[in-house]
Amino acid sequence: MTASDLWHLVFGRLGLQSLPFWDMIQHPTPSHIINGIIATGAAAVVVIGALVTVFLITKYRKWGVLWSDWLTSVDHKKIGIMYIVLAFVMLARALIEALLIRTQQADGLNGGFLSADHFAQLFSTHGTIMIFFMAMPFLIGLINFVMPQQIGARDVSFPMMNSISLGLTAAGAALVMVSLVLGKFETGGWTAYPPYTEAAFNPGPGVDYWIWAIALSSIGTTMTGINFAVTIYKKRAPGMTLFRMPLFTWTALCTAILMIFAMPPLTAVSLMLALDRYLDFHFFTNGMGGNMMNFANLFWLFGHPEVYILILPAFGVYSEVFSTFSGKRLYGYTSLVYATMAIAVLSFTVWLHHFFTMGQSANINAVFGLLTMIIGIPTGVKIYDWLLTMYQGRVRFTVPLIYALAFSVLFVLGGLSGVLLANPSIDFQVHNSLFLVAHFHNMLIPGLLFGMLAGYHFWFPKAFGFRLDERWGRLSAYLWISGFILAFFPLYALGLMGMTRRTVSYFDPAYTPWMLVAEVGALVLTAALTTLVIQLIVSIRERKANAVPVGDPWDGRSLEWAIAAPSPEWNFPVIPTVTDRDPFAVAKAQHTAYQSPPAYEDITLPTNSAMGMIICVVGGLLGFALVWHMWWLAILSALAVPVAVIAKSFDTRTEKVIPAAEVRQQHQAWLAQARQETPISRQLETSPDNHGLADNTIAEAST
Amino acid sequence: MSAGNVNTEALKHPGINLGEAHGEAHTQAEGVVFGFWVFLMSDFILFGLLFATYATMVDHTAGGPGPKALFDLKSISIETFALLLSSFTFGMASLNLKHGERRKPIILWLLATLMLGLIFLGLELHDFSSMIDKGAGPWRSGFLSAFFGLVPLHGLHVATASLWLIVMLVQMGVFGLTPRVKTRLLRLGLFWHFLDIIWVGIFSIVYLAGLS
Repeated sequence: MTASDLWHLVFGRLGLQSLPFWDMIQHPTPSHIINGIIATGAAAVVVIGALVTVFLITKYRKWGVLWSDWLTSVDHKKIGIMYIVLAFVMLARALIEALLIRTQQADGLNGGFLSADHFAQLFSTHGTIMIFFMAMPFLIGLINFVMPQQIGARDVSFPMMNSISLGLTAAGAALVMVSLVLGKFETGGWTAYPPYTEAAFNPGPGVDYWIWAIALSSIGTTMTGINFAVTIYKKRAPGMTLFRMPLFTWTALCTAILMIFAMPPLTAVSLMLALDRYLDFHFFTNGMGGNMMNFANLFWLFGHPEVYILILPAFGVYSEVFSTFSGKRLYGYTSLVYATMAIAVLSFTVWLHHFFTMGQSANINAVFGLLTMIIGIPTGVKIYDWLLTMYQGRVRFTVPLIYALAFSVLFVLGGLSGVLLANPSIDFQVHNSLFLVAHFHNMLIPGLLFGMLAGYHFWFPKAFGFRLDERWGRLSAYLWISGFILAFFPLYALGLMGMTRRTVSYFDPAYTPWMLVAEVGALVLTAALTTLVIQLIVSIRERKANAVPVGDPWDGRSLEWAIAAPSPEWNFPVIPTVTDRDPFAVAKAQHTAYQSPPAYEDITLPTNSAMGMIICVVGGLLGFALVWHMWWLAILSALAVPVAVIAKSFDTRTEKVIPAAEVRQQHQAWLAQARQETPISRQLETSPDNHGLADNTIAEAST
Repeated sequence: MSAGNVNTEALKHPGINLGEAHGEAHTQAEGVVFGFWVFLMSDFILFGLLFATYATMVDHTAGGPGPKALFDLKSISIETFALLLSSFTFGMASLNLKHGERRKPIILWLLATLMLGLIFLGLELHDFSSMIDKGAGPWRSGFLSAFFGLVPLHGLHVATASLWLIVMLVQMGVFGLTPRVKTRLLRLGLFWHFLDIIWVGIFSIVYLAGLS
C-alpha cells in the first residue's frame, strides 16, 4: 500500500487542493489571487473565530458552565436561546456574503472582481444559510422560548428530543461553516436543482455539503414540529382552551403542523439526490429514466409550505406586539386564527407556481395561479386586524412596534408583487429575474426578519431580566428598514429591465446606477447588524439600570409576563388556571395578579442529557465523512447513533425533583420584590424606572 | 397513582386502551403515544412521496427489465404472509400486556413476532440479491431507482423495528413491566402495525399492479 493509498483510506478525497488558497498558489493570476484572498480570509475568520471562542472559554474557565448549564440542558428556554445565538452567528456570515454579492454586481459591468464559481458559491451559501440556518433556528428558538410559557407549561413534551433537534440543526450549520475552510460549497443555488447538481456535472464535495447539511437539519426540524404540536395539544394549562391561546401560540401550532408535513419531502429529496450521487441511482439524472422534474416537485412540496413556516411565527409576534403596544385586546382574534389556519392549508396547494415555466399545461398553471392569489385574502384579513388593533389604542412607538409598522407597509407592497407573479403570463416575463429576488426578499425581510427582531426585543427582558437599549434599538430598526428599501426596491426595476438573477456580470450600463443604490442599501444593512451588536454590548453593560426583575416590562397580556424575569427554571411555581383570553391582562385588571398560591408542590423536571451534543457531534462527523468519502468514519458515526440511543434508553434517571420549599422560597422572594416596587406608567416604559411592574390603574383603552 | 375511574377516563386516548389497572402507564402514555402517532403521520408522508415517485417512474425502464421480468410472486406471497402473521402475533403480545401482565407469554409472542420479521427480511434480501444478479440494480433505470428507493426503505424500517424489539426483550428482563417499558411496547406495536399497512400498499401498488 502506498502512502497515497493510505491517505485516501483515512482522509478520503480530502487533500491539499481542498484548502482555499491552493488555487491561488497553483495559478497566481490576478483573478485567482483576488478570489483566493477572499476565500482564505473567510476561512481565516471561521478558524480564528473558533480559536478565540475556545481560548476565551478556557481563559474564563467556562467549559463547565457551558456544558452543564447550556449544552446538555434540556430546558426549553435555554435551548431556545441557543437556537437564536446560532441564528445570529449565521446571520452575520450570510449578511457579509450578501454584501459581497451586491458589491460584485455593483462592479459587475463587463466583469467585476469575483470569479463566476466563487460568486455562485456566495449566492448558494447565502440562500441556504438564511433559510435553514438563520430563519429556521431563529423562529424555532423563539417558539421554544415563548410558547411553553404562554400556555402555562413547564417545558415542551419531549425535552431531550428538543435538545437533539438543536444538535442536528447545529451539525448542519457546522457543515456549512466547515465548507468555508475545507473544499467548496455547492454552486447551484439554495435549491440545488439537478441535473446540474448530479455527479456527472458536479463531482466535487460542494453538493454533498449541501445535501448533508440539509438532511441533518431537516430531520431535526421534523422532530421540532412533532415536539411543538404535541406540546400545544397536550400541555396547555387548565382552562387554556384552543381559542384562549395567544396568537403567537396559534401560529406556532400551525407552523409545527407545517413542519410535520413539509419537512419529510425535503429529507426525501436530499437523500434521493444523495443516492443518485453516491450509489448511481437515477432519480433525477439525464437519461436512464431519471426525471429531474420530480426534484422540482418534491423540493417545492417542501419549499412552499416552508415559506409559511417562516412567516407564520412572525405573524404571531406582530399580533402580540400590536396588541401589547396599543394597550388593547387583539382585534379580530377569531378571524386571525382562521386566517392562520387557512394560510397553513393553502400553503400545500401552490407549490407549482415556483416553476410555471417548466412546461406543464396552461390550465394547470392557471389553477395554481388562482390558488396562489387566494392566499392573499387571509393575509389581507390579518393586516386589517392588526391595523384595527391600533385603532383607538394608546400606541407606544417602541422598537418592536417600529418593526411592526414597517412590516405592515412593506409586506403589503411585497404581497402585491407576489400577486403579480402569481399570474402565469406575467411570471413568464419576469421569472428568474431580479424582480423575483426583490419579491421574496420583500416578503422575508420585513416579514420574517423584522418579526424575529421585534420578538427578540420584546422577549429579551423575559430571557435575561433586563431590557435592550432603546436608543440603539431604534437606530438599528431604522437602519434595517431603510437598508432594506435601498437594497431591494432597485431590484424590482432591474428585474423589469430584464436583469436575470444570479448574474456574475452584465453588459448593459443601464443596470449600474440601480446596482449602486442597492450596494448602498447593503452597506446600510451591514451597519444595521453592527448597531444590533453594539446595542447588545451596551445593554449588557447597563444591565443593572435596565433590569426588570418583576418581569412585566411592557404591560404584557399573556402568561409569560406573569412570572419573574428571567423566568424560573420551572416557569410557573403553580400551574395557573386560565379563564379568559389574555389571562394576565385580565388578572391585572381584576387585581388578582401577583398572589401567593394556597400551597406549593414538588416540581418534577427533566435532568440534563448529553444526547443532544452526542447526536450533534456524531451527526456532524457523519456528514463530514460522507462529504469527503472517509468511509470508515462514516460507518463508525452511523453506528454510534443507534448505540447512543439504545444506551440512553436504559437510563432511568431522567427526572429530578425540585422540593416545594425551594419553589416557595424563590416565589415568595419574588412576590415580596413585586410588592415593594412602584408600578410605573407606560410613559416611563423605556426608562430605568421600569422594573417590570406595570401600572394598571389606567383601565384598558378598549376591550 | 390511585386514580379511580373518573380520572383515568379523562386521560384515555384512542390509541392506548391499556385497561384500568395501568394508572401510571396511562398518565405517561398520554403525551408519548400521541407524539408517536404524529411521528407515524410524518413517516407516512415520507412513504407517500416515495410511492408517488414510484408511480411516476414505473414506466421509466430505460430499455431495462420491467416489473414482470423481475418480481417473484411466490417469494413475495410468503413475505406478505409472514409480515401479516407477525401483526397477529404482536397483537397477541399486546393483549397479554393489557390483561395478563405476565412476562412469559408476552415474551413468547414477541419472539414469534421477531422470528416472522426476520423471515420477512431474509426473503426480501434474497429477492433483492436475485434482482441484482439479473443486472437489475438501482443503477439500471429510473424505475429500478424508484423501486430500490421505496421497498428497501420499508425493509430498513422493519429492521429497525426488529432491533427495537430485541432491545425491548432485554429491557423487560432488566426492568420488568414498568410503565416506561409498557409505553415503549405500546409504541413499538403501533410501529409494527404501521409497517404492515405500508407493506399492504407496497404489495398492491408495486407487486400486484406490476405483475398484472
